[in-house]
Amino acid sequence: MVHAVWLIPALPLAGFLILLATGRRLGDPKAGYLATAMMAGSFLVSVGVWFDLMGMAGEDRRFEQDLFTWIAAGGLDVGVGFLVDPLSVTMALFVTGVGTLIHLYSVGYMHGDERYPTFFVYLNLFAFAMLMLVLANSFLLTFLGWEGVGACSYFLISFWFERPSAATAGKKAFVTNRVGDFGFMLAMFLIFATFGSLNYVPVLEGASTLTRGTATAIALLLFVGAVGKSAQLPLYVWLPDAMEGPTPVSALIHAATMVTAGVFLMVRVNPILDMAPGALTLIATIGALTAFFAATIACAQNDIKKVLAYSTVSQLGYMFLAVGSGAYIAAIFHMVTHAFFKALLFLGAGSVIHGMRDEQDMKRMGALRKWLPITSATFIIGWLAIAGVPPFSGFWSKDDILLGAWEKNRALWFIGLVTALMTAYYMSRQVFLVFYGGERWKQAHAKSESEAEAKPEHEPAAAGGHAGAHGDFKPHESPSTMTFPLIVLAVLAAVAGILKTPLEHWLEPVLAHPHHFASSNSTKLGLIAVTTTAALAGLGIAYAIWLRGRVKESAMEPEPLRRAWYVDELYQRIVEAPGRALANFSAFVVDAKIIDGTVNGVGALVRAGGSRLRGVQSGFVRSYALAVAVGAVAILAYAVARTS
Amino acid sequence: MSVPGAWYLGLAAMLFTIGGVGLLIRRNVLIMFMCVELMLNAVNLTFVTYARMLNDIGGQVVVFFVLVVAAAEVVVGLAIIVSIFRRRSDATADDISLLRG
Amino acid sequence: MDWFVFLVAAAACLAGALGVILASHPVHSALMLVLTLFGVAVLFVAQEAHFLAAVQVIVYAGAIVVLFLFVIMLLGVDRTENVRAERLRGQRPIAYLAGAGVIAGIFLLARTAWVSGAESVAGAADGPGSNVGKVARSLFTRHLLAFEMTSVLLVIAVVGAVVLARHSPSGGVHGSEES
Repeated sequence: MVHAVWLIPALPLAGFLILLATGRRLGDPKAGYLATAMMAGSFLVSVGVWFDLMGMAGEDRRFEQDLFTWIAAGGLDVGVGFLVDPLSVTMALFVTGVGTLIHLYSVGYMHGDERYPTFFVYLNLFAFAMLMLVLANSFLLTFLGWEGVGACSYFLISFWFERPSAATAGKKAFVTNRVGDFGFMLAMFLIFATFGSLNYVPVLEGASTLTRGTATAIALLLFVGAVGKSAQLPLYVWLPDAMEGPTPVSALIHAATMVTAGVFLMVRVNPILDMAPGALTLIATIGALTAFFAATIACAQNDIKKVLAYSTVSQLGYMFLAVGSGAYIAAIFHMVTHAFFKALLFLGAGSVIHGMRDEQDMKRMGALRKWLPITSATFIIGWLAIAGVPPFSGFWSKDDILLGAWEKNRALWFIGLVTALMTAYYMSRQVFLVFYGGERWKQAHAKSESEAEAKPEHEPAAAGGHAGAHGDFKPHESPSTMTFPLIVLAVLAAVAGILKTPLEHWLEPVLAHPHHFASSNSTKLGLIAVTTTAALAGLGIAYAIWLRGRVKESAMEPEPLRRAWYVDELYQRIVEAPGRALANFSAFVVDAKIIDGTVNGVGALVRAGGSRLRGVQSGFVRSYALAVAVGAVAILAYAVARTS
Repeated sequence: MSVPGAWYLGLAAMLFTIGGVGLLIRRNVLIMFMCVELMLNAVNLTFVTYARMLNDIGGQVVVFFVLVVAAAEVVVGLAIIVSIFRRRSDATADDISLLRG
Repeated sequence: MDWFVFLVAAAACLAGALGVILASHPVHSALMLVLTLFGVAVLFVAQEAHFLAAVQVIVYAGAIVVLFLFVIMLLGVDRTENVRAERLRGQRPIAYLAGAGVIAGIFLLARTAWVSGAESVAGAADGPGSNVGKVARSLFTRHLLAFEMTSVLLVIAVVGAVVLARHSPSGGVHGSEES
């Protein structure tokens, strides 16, 4: 079965091609089911490959399959091939598994949309690119998938491109990603120059021969790529804006899969990272700071998806903190649990939005537990998971990370702890605002009858938008194609904690130096206690403010937090404005004046020369005769010169 | 003592030059034509001189032909001038500038 | 004696030539041309080309110049031309320069290459017999074809002159040739 690994990306690719040709004819919902079936098939093959791999002995759990040569140019020989090892299989499993669930959810969510088949074309293409990314056996092939998911992210974020904000968000995501990709490319050049090959196996096995300087350079350059793709400081700004895309997109790409590509890359090259301790410290620091920074912003957001977006940035920060602390397996573990509960939260948010007829402002929701029972139950499970409440999955994975941070650097651990408190706080705030409290949407709808209807940040009516019936508006639960994935993900988010120990054994062959936590059991227990207390404290504070009204709400939402520390404005000033000035200069001065001027000038010159020369044709016979005479004199002079 | 041929040739050269300059300077069409005749005469003189210097009768025969052709040329040329300048009495060579570019 | 004849004839030629180009009245130019032609005829005689001298006087001075005078009278282009004014810029200076250049060139060339042709190709010009006889003998034997062709040329010229100078009754071709 392991030889069939090529099927894993091939099935979504086939789905993409088929839907590209016949999607419009298949229509709603057949196109969606076809795409989902492809993903499900891919998942089954992944399971088969996994079983096969488990059958191999621990140390040799690696299988490489070469399909064909892609580039053979001089010293560079890159083939299309797959590397099956525990890490790639883990990634493939949850990408295809969560991907299948989200495809199924999208069948219901996107029902009624005009470009329904196109959505699934993009989704399958994305799945193909992501699977190429994780299963590749060389840096260049991973980069192919890396760029592919970036492109699909652009397509899907700006899926409703008629909205200018969506089109802009897509561009922003793509351009910001490119900044990171630049680092990745430089890293590849350096790797090739050092090792003469871009394949993982020779590079990683030869990593121990690297000098500290080269290893640090490669590590930092790859990290630049990861910063762009996984939305860390300072390149995170595209992720909150990416919420313009449909909610399944946010769940799949910006929670579970694409943004984890950076973490995957870091773990994949852990032999190189181990040779560069300075880079590791930097990675951990940036991860911790990003986690803290994003959590502060999430505390003051009113849009249900924006909270989750900043939460994603924050949790990704945790994963990089783990990587930087050397706890690679903890990072992967948190990646898996985060995929489960964040996808669950996003899909649940989508369900809420769908049930509230495209309302996204949490301040206009409330007490939805009564109207959306399945959604709220699953959402609450996701909330408890992310907040780190035992025994849900998030508790186990977050704890491992904090333990690693404690062993690396106490300051980083403290930042992580405070962030955990804030995570519990803002997620609880979200749950209390949406599912508990008073039915604020009743007053909101009574008020909005006089207001204008079009709110640009809202997603267009997904299914049966009744724009007129405000008086008897009632939130409604979502269809089973949407609630079924929610339930599955809720179960996974709840029980995935048991994967902790098996995952450690499973992923050991991937690490160059096995990582063991050095703390004593008592330290571990103490840290667990502190973390849990922080989580419960955050929960309690949110309860006090948002359900009991102990503190004024506006005090907890100061302006800088709501405006995300004005980072977008800052970037606009220092990046966009000079860029635009340069573009204007290039277009209106260099191109219009200099280049066009030169071309036009040549024409004008020729014309002027021509009209001057025209003067020779005066029509006067005597002038012509004079010219003949002068010519004759010249020939005579030549004859004289020759003979003398 | 006979005059050396060189003198005749020099004289012919000067006649030719005077005819050429006159052709370039004058505007009246007929006078321009007369300058052409001057140039032809200079050429005739040269040929006859060479006939004497080389002791070859062919030079004189050439002059004969030049004379005939000059006559024919004058006839046709004057006919053209007549047909062009029939109406106008003060026409000069400068007025025929239709080939102006 | 020869020198005297030569100098007088040469003076007449040059005076006539200068008169042609400097006279403002066309009839004066024509008369100066006659002077030149006579001078050239005298020089022909001095070089033993008797036949040509006669032909020169009869055809050139007698027929061609008379033709010129007829046309001058016919067209009425007898008004004096304003010799001083020159419309085309630079025409005069460059013309003088060209003339000087030609003279200089010829005289410079003359220092090296004077006579380079072969002697007596078409028959001797010296020797016994009249000049007319010698010319005729050469003309009607060696150059017969050219002779016949020149006669054809003359016929063509006559026909052309008649056609060109005709007043056509409908005013067609000639009417449009007027510019």
